[in-house]
This record gives sequence, structure tokens and C-alpha cells, in this order.
Amino acid sequence: MKQFYAKVISNQRIAPDHFILSFKTPHAMAKKVKPGQFFKIKVNNSSKPLLGRPFSVHKAGNNKIEILYKIVGEATRILSTKKSGNILDILGPLGNGFDTGLSGPAILVGGGHGVAPLVELAKKFANHNIKPVVFIGARTKKHIVCDKDLRKLGAQVHVVTEDGSKGRKGLVTELLKNKITGKNLKKPVTIYACGPKPMLMAVGKLAKDYKIPCRISLEEYMACGIGTCLGCAVKTRGGYKMVCKDGPVFDAKEIVW
Amino acid sequence: MVSLKTTIGKLELKNPVILASGTCGFGKEIKSLIDVNKLGAIVTKTITLNKKEGNPPPRIAETASGLLNSIGLDNDGLKDFLFEKISYLGKLKIPVIVSIAGNTTEEFTKLTKEISKIPCIKGIEINLSCPNVIHKGTKFPLLAQDKKATEAIIAKLRKVTKKTLIAKLSPSVTDIKEIAKAAESGGADAISLVNTYPGMLVDIYTMKPKLGAVTGGLSGPCIKPLALKCVWDAYNTVNIPIIGMGGIMTSGDAIEFILCGASAIQVGTANFVNPKAPLEILEGIKQYLKEKKVNSIKSLIGKLKNNEK
Repeated sequence: MKQFYAKVISNQRIAPDHFILSFKTPHAMAKKVKPGQFFKIKVNNSSKPLLGRPFSVHKAGNNKIEILYKIVGEATRILSTKKSGNILDILGPLGNGFDTGLSGPAILVGGGHGVAPLVELAKKFANHNIKPVVFIGARTKKHIVCDKDLRKLGAQVHVVTEDGSKGRKGLVTELLKNKITGKNLKKPVTIYACGPKPMLMAVGKLAKDYKIPCRISLEEYMACGIGTCLGCAVKTRGGYKMVCKDGPVFDAKEIVW
Repeated sequence: MVSLKTTIGKLELKNPVILASGTCGFGKEIKSLIDVNKLGAIVTKTITLNKKEGNPPPRIAETASGLLNSIGLDNDGLKDFLFEKISYLGKLKIPVIVSIAGNTTEEFTKLTKEISKIPCIKGIEINLSCPNVIHKGTKFPLLAQDKKATEAIIAKLRKVTKKTLIAKLSPSVTDIKEIAKAAESGGADAISLVNTYPGMLVDIYTMKPKLGAVTGGLSGPCIKPLALKCVWDAYNTVNIPIIGMGGIMTSGDAIEFILCGASAIQVGTANFVNPKAPLEILEGIKQYLKEKKVNSIKSLIGKLKNNEK
């Protein structure tokens, strides 16, 4: 974990509200970054917004990191105006990340732009010749991201939208349930999920009901990112844990919803 | 050479920049980001006698130039502190000040007695002002809003320790001068001003409070002018040193506090924004002294000039 100034390589709009920003990292950092880890980025020098914002690693490459974000407020709006060559104040990599001793088969579940860190995870699986099944759920067709990237990595991708504008109409958890109750499910399988809280809760419940190991990446408002402020608490069976330091990836059955 | 040395009770600090409680853990957490040994002192996260779970999430919300929190003194208690946290703190080359809080006077006393036995701990900051907990010894929402309780508790702790005792007070009072005086009468070696301001924020879409605990404490640049006035008022009332804090982000902010009467300053919320802020503030203070041709930080304390002159 380091605090460093990074040059923006590119910052491109990939959907109406979604962007991919790529920045240079200090030597050898990007190689060591684990899927599921995140960086805290201060979007300007002013006190508005005051704190840096956490962004999970979408792709880690040769001395560069990509983050995929959606404009949800002032900080991400400012971030979306950054141009190649601009300098960002960054802290990271932070958090534990998904397990790296990966073995298949795997099911990946992403909700909205929560699918972003699953791409780096799928890359790790691809390196081990594991082709995960991926379920992506979003509100509409416009909110579907990463599906092409995941297919390129050899994943079997299924899309579902709440309005039926792309893929099946409904919720991602319905597809997940069909899959894990289906006949051709290879076991032992592990579920990896990232997305909105209600989705993670539903995925966690399904995993528990069908006794499937499940790792979820959580989000919470945070200040420090390193475990000093104790702000990003999440309730677990073992008491409060910090999303920034103990997470963001947790065993779903540990979480008290 | 400019002298940055300053005195807080029995403590001689090599410079006036101190890490504020609750923003630097127990030192170990920040070791890869900042060389703590270059600073004046460190104040630990507040510890309580027994483990405290803290408040329900969300515990953090941001507002214009400010941070609202309701951590609720989440900590593992005295025993864990003695067994797990001390070893790292003992290796630091700067004075370690432990922040303590209790539900009752007895708890404060027990904590003070136990901590006084540890040689590497140089001072105790008595947290009388956390807006996220309730104390049994007063009818007021905060201990530090009750001048009698403030004086009584400090007098009691004064009897059981020779370490430097610092009373951390709340700015959320009718008259800070009275509370500062009470802390001095009780026998505090110094006072820390200010803790966070009680506040709240609302999410208009869910129509719910933004914090799980409904209300919390406000810190950051938005409270600086309010905190400065508290320090100035206290400086004109008491004779013990004041440690000033509240929204210090830059060396300029720190110097404002020193001119208003602070003998040292604490950096808090800025650590969350930029972990290197305390070192940058220290460097900026040095530069300022050189530019102003002031050879000692001590000669700057409370030197706010009169408007007429």
C-alpha cells in the first residue's frame, strides 16, 4: 500500500453514465494487485469533495490500472472530466481482494457496475484455464457493462435486465438459482459476487440454502481506507469488521444482513 | 535554526504537530504511509475499559468541506491495548499519549491507574467529549458540558497519576471559558480543543438520517473558524497549555491556531484525506518561522495582534 501521484492515461465513456479510467502505477505495483482490491482516489485538491473515493480494480496491466466507474455524485462527476496527462492523488492497493489460490468451477455474479472487479477476477481464472459462468444483472440495456470483455476471457456470460431490454427480463438471482439447482452443475463450485447490497444479500442466501461457498465484495462509506477511522463497519458474526481492511471481500455466510 | 520545541505539561515535544485520536489508530496502521517519529507526539484511538462494539453503520457521511462520523468508540478495550497495542507504541521515538473514555468515573480511574504503570506512555488525553457516547456521571449529553463533572473527574484522575493529563473538551457548550477553567481547577496539565461538533445529515430520497446512529460528530475544514474561537477564548481564560485542533489541513491553519493560543496542534481529519498532511504541515510551519524571522515556535503562541495596532 502506497500513497502516490499517478498520471491519467485515458478516461473514456463506455456507456451513458459509465467510464473507464486508466492510470500509471509505480513500478511493479500493478503486477501484484489482486482482483477485488481497490484504490482510493482524491479527485481534486479542494476540500469539496473532501475525501478520496474507493474504486475497485477493473483491470491490472503493465504498470497500469483501470477502474470502471459510474457517475453517482460530485466526486465521480469531477473524475469523469479528467484527461490524459492529469495527475491524481492515489492510495492503494487497499483491501484483501478475492482469494488467489483459485480453483474452478466458478460462478461470477455482477450487478450493475459491480461487475467491474469481476473482469480482473475472470482474467485470473482464464490464466488457470478455468472458464467461469457469469451472470450480469442491470436495470436496462444501457447499464450492462463488461459483457464483451468477459466473453473474450472465455466466460459463459448470461445477461438479465429488469426491463427486459437485453437478455432475459428479471433479476440476476433468478438465473443463478436455475444454474445452481440445474442438473449439469459441476461441483465443488464457488460463487463470487459484487453489486448492490440487496443483490448480494439474495446471492448470499441462495449460496447458504444450497451450501455453496460464496465470496462477496462489499461497499460502505469510508474515510481512511486503511483501518484507522473504523468508519466502514459491516456487521459480521464475529462483530463489526472493516470493509477497507478486513474486506472488501467477505465470506457471504459471515455477514449479518 | 528555528526551534520548534514546545511544552505540554511535563512533556517536551520536539515540534508542535500531533496526530489526533481516532485518526491514526495505534500507530502501526499508518507506518507504511508516514514516518511518525518525525512528529511531536501521537494520540491513540480512545480506549475504554471493556471492548466496545461501536455504532451501527453507516458511520461516515461527507458534507461540504466536512466529515460527519459516529464510530462510537469502537475499540478492543484495555486488556487488548496492554497485550496487543503497547509493543508497537513502545518502539516509537516520540511521546505516546493514550486517549481514554469511561462510562463512569470508576472506569476512568481504573484506566488511568493501569495506563500510568506503562513507562512508554507519556500522557493521557481524557476524552470527556465524544458526541457518540453517553456518560453516566452527568445529566448533560456530554461530560464536557458539565463543569462540575469535568472538574470532579479530572481532580479524581489527578490523584492517581503523575503523567501529563490532558482534558479533551467539547466545543458544543454555552461557554467554553467555564469548562476550560473547570479542567484547570481539577488539575489538568493541558486541554485539547476541540472535539467534533454534534451534527446530523439526512438522505432526502430515503428520508432517513445518513448515519446509523442518527447523529454524529462533525470535523474537517468547515469547523476551523468555530474551533479557533474556542481556542482563543480558552487561551484568554486559563494558564495551562492548549492543544488546538479542528479542521487543520495546512500549515497556515496550524499557525492560525498557534497565534490564537495553541501551544501545539493536532491533525485529525486531514490524515484521512492525505496521510502525509502532518509532515507537510510541519514543513510549512518551519518555512513560516523562517520567513517571519521568528526563531522559536514558543514565541508565536497567542501572539495574535490587536486590530488597532
